[in-house]
Amino acid sequence: MAAASKAVVTVLGFDRKGIIARVSTVLFERGINILDISQTILDGYFNMVMMVDLSEPTCPFDELQSDLSALGKELGLQIRIQKNEIFEAMHQI
Amino acid sequence: MIQTNQILETLRMIDQEKLDVRTITMGISLFNCVCDDTRRLASRVYSRIARQAENLVKVGREIEREIGVPIVNKRISVTPVSLITGAVDDPKPIALALDRAAKETGVDFIGGYSALVPKGMTAADRRLIASIPQALSETDLMCSSVNVASTRAGIDMDAVRLCGKAIKDLAERTKTRDGLGCAKLVVFSNAVEDNPFMAGAFHGPGEGDCAVSVGVSGPGVVKRALENVKGASFDVVAETIKRTAFRITRVGQLVAMEASQRLGVPFGIVDLSLAPTPAIGDSVAHILEEMGLEKCGTHGSTAALALLNDAVKKGGVMASSHVGGLSGAFIPVSEDIGMIEAAACGALTLDKLEAMTCVCSVGLDMIAVPGDTSAATIAAIIADEAAIGMVNNKTTAVRIIPAPGKTVGDYVEFGGLLGRAPVIPVHPFSSEDFIARGGRIPAPLHSLRN
Repeated sequence: MAAASKAVVTVLGFDRKGIIARVSTVLFERGINILDISQTILDGYFNMVMMVDLSEPTCPFDELQSDLSALGKELGLQIRIQKNEIFEAMHQI
Repeated sequence: MIQTNQILETLRMIDQEKLDVRTITMGISLFNCVCDDTRRLASRVYSRIARQAENLVKVGREIEREIGVPIVNKRISVTPVSLITGAVDDPKPIALALDRAAKETGVDFIGGYSALVPKGMTAADRRLIASIPQALSETDLMCSSVNVASTRAGIDMDAVRLCGKAIKDLAERTKTRDGLGCAKLVVFSNAVEDNPFMAGAFHGPGEGDCAVSVGVSGPGVVKRALENVKGASFDVVAETIKRTAFRITRVGQLVAMEASQRLGVPFGIVDLSLAPTPAIGDSVAHILEEMGLEKCGTHGSTAALALLNDAVKKGGVMASSHVGGLSGAFIPVSEDIGMIEAAACGALTLDKLEAMTCVCSVGLDMIAVPGDTSAATIAAIIADEAAIGMVNNKTTAVRIIPAPGKTVGDYVEFGGLLGRAPVIPVHPFSSEDFIARGGRIPAPLHSLRN
């Protein structure tokens, strides 16, 4: 997991207004660029997957992780950030 | 580019199917601690481990947070203690030093209070085996093992007898906790030197100064994958397990490489094991039942387990640069909810378990038997299992708990990963005279392979 790595932010839970806005704000404030977003809503259940660039963060990974998870608690959603390597390992040869 | 559905699939495996890495285990050689003064030896052992493993738990947690996959245990294995206590009278202070070092570093277990005696015992081996009951009952995190047999050397029946006695004594000393001490002692045939799993982990004499190894898990993920191919032929079942095992093992390999790099310690091996836990949805027995058996232990269970064990290895081996350890499916009784249920309803007996150990990763594991089972009967159970390992060129093991004061139908409760188990019956007929003979059972003809 080198310094110029990517991570995946996932947001799961019931849909409500402003989810993307709030998540993007947290990322923006910490110097993190969003590379790709995909989002689906199935039966009111919200799934968002965001690919982000961690090459110029202004805070440590742990702090970013706890900020996102705190936002998740506030919004009643599960928000996670994981390094991209885990998905590459499992799904690419 | 990773697809969204692949990301969501990974999350489902972690959240619902209990995908985890069971353990990062750091193997540490203690040969450079050797001296002829017990106190100095104990102090050197403590310092060596405390220094070498000081960042193990921290790094394990870091990796766990970054990739979002739980790493359930962080563990240490060390050089078999009988090999470093040849010049001292009493190995017990080393046991205390190991336990203290484990607590200092914050790991979950430390293994290696062990003796390798398939062909014979040195004085140090005898001292160590004799000290096991006291050492395990007076420590918290330390695990112990004895290798009593190998395909090359045969079975050391004197060591088998001593182990039977040690297990009885250990159960008695830990009777207030249902004989918990016995859950920390494994008696092996063909023990491997790089096993990251407890209670049988030790850092073999053929290993380097230090190495990190990883044991993977993931029975829930395999079960779920098989739910999607209900009724399909065994060809499809085997392919499905292989594909799943590949993915699980890639996670293990990633964790192992990261841990190795961050700790500055060589990567040892990934152990391709399906390690269950007592949690619902994390059971190897339920995989066998998913293949079409009403209860694990019924006719067909050995064939189902043989397929599973083989497919796990075939799928996993391409996913890791170095595979080792025990590598296969584990079938511990108390640590697997499906095995607990099967033993409780009588579908799974000791004899069937013995048959299943011919085709799985290890052996008779975490089995509770009546408290009045004699030391000779336990030794005879060990001898049977050692013979299976010896003749079939595989690792087998016995981790058995003669539950003090309990009888068939009662339960032992250990809690945590060790779980709970119903007490199952043993044969009532004596093996006393058989065990009293002692000596060695010769190695089989096919040990002469040169």
